[in-house]
Amino acid sequence: MFVLVVGGGKVGYYLAKELVESGHEVALMEKDATRAGQIADEIGSIVIAHDGCEGKYLGEAGCNRADVVAAVTGDDEDNLVICQMAKHHFDVPRTIARVNNPKNEALFRHLGVDEIISPTRMILGSIEQDIPVHELLHLAALGEGELELIEAHLQAGSPAIGRAPKDLAIPDGCSLFAVIRDGVATPLRPDTIMLEGDKVIAIGKQECSDLLHSQLIGDEVENAIEA
Amino acid sequence: MKIVVVGCGRVGAALADSYDRAGHEVLILDVKTGAFDRLPSTFGGRAIRGDGSDKDVLRRAGAEGADIFLAMTEGDNRNVMAAQVAAETLGIERVVAKLNDPVRAEAYAALGLATLCRTGLMHDAINAYLGFAPSDVVGMLGPTGTHPGGTHHDHQAAPAGEAHTASAAVMEA
Repeated sequence: MFVLVVGGGKVGYYLAKELVESGHEVALMEKDATRAGQIADEIGSIVIAHDGCEGKYLGEAGCNRADVVAAVTGDDEDNLVICQMAKHHFDVPRTIARVNNPKNEALFRHLGVDEIISPTRMILGSIEQDIPVHELLHLAALGEGELELIEAHLQAGSPAIGRAPKDLAIPDGCSLFAVIRDGVATPLRPDTIMLEGDKVIAIGKQECSDLLHSQLIGDEVENAIEA
Repeated sequence: MKIVVVGCGRVGAALADSYDRAGHEVLILDVKTGAFDRLPSTFGGRAIRGDGSDKDVLRRAGAEGADIFLAMTEGDNRNVMAAQVAAETLGIERVVAKLNDPVRAEAYAALGLATLCRTGLMHDAINAYLGFAPSDVVGMLGPTGTHPGGTHHDHQAAPAGEAHTASAAVMEA
């Protein structure tokens, strides 16, 4: 497989190194000539010391025959442009972008980037699993990101406590399918009564998350926090 | 008309000032307050410090409902991102992004943005002055294709971009 990596920071460097070691054909683009030289000294002449956002240099790097383009620079706007150029101008089948600002995830997805990796979101997710949060926790995006796996921690004030899924107005395109109670996960049936402290696992479309939030977390809790 | 300009460099400031004097409602954004020194003291529009590629900043600055959006910062990629946020998330119809790389300018025109390439414009201006034929480098390009979101202007298809707009509006309310 031919993988074009753009951005020779820590992520790009280790990514290229691992890919080379596992036998893939790799080209790494890094616009800083000094940094590019350092990497070339270590992993060989796969480094192109040019800006991967420039159409001309992407073309010269063989973007049109890449199986995967991974844009892993530290700048979201650069990663977006690299992936869009790869996808729409060079017909690359698979584009992957590193996204630093979680707010940009939806935009990137909407604009056609195939896969989005957000280190900020991942670390945030990890922290939120350990502290009480009054937000839905997005565990994973499924397929092309249309569906999401969501966790809601039911705390005092949640309208779902003492009720069963069949009594809630669950939006279309969503389903509640499991509950984690005292560390044990069990399937959630339409008539299972939900208790305070339960973690309810749902699957649903992104646009349902507001409705799901009001059903499982409650609106008052959020207002109280903001006040 | 309501016109948003992102980037208060020489070009952005000149555009903002002239549209303001022509009686349009002008909003200009830049990440550096010092950049607004380029505007004349007579400027009657609004100048707001903030990142013009951040949809929340644009909303708070009042960019929603604008007729025209001009992304004129020094960074090609920042302009592309701001222009796409304006077109896809805020639903602004007429969007122009300044792009100095001709390859990117052409590629994004095909993706539904109007693009402006200084390389081509200057090349043609110099050729015209010297009496040479126009270059084949792109200058000002209208959109030659549709938005990547595709269904943006098709209200039948419940486009994802408008769903985001709606949910963000709810969160702000």
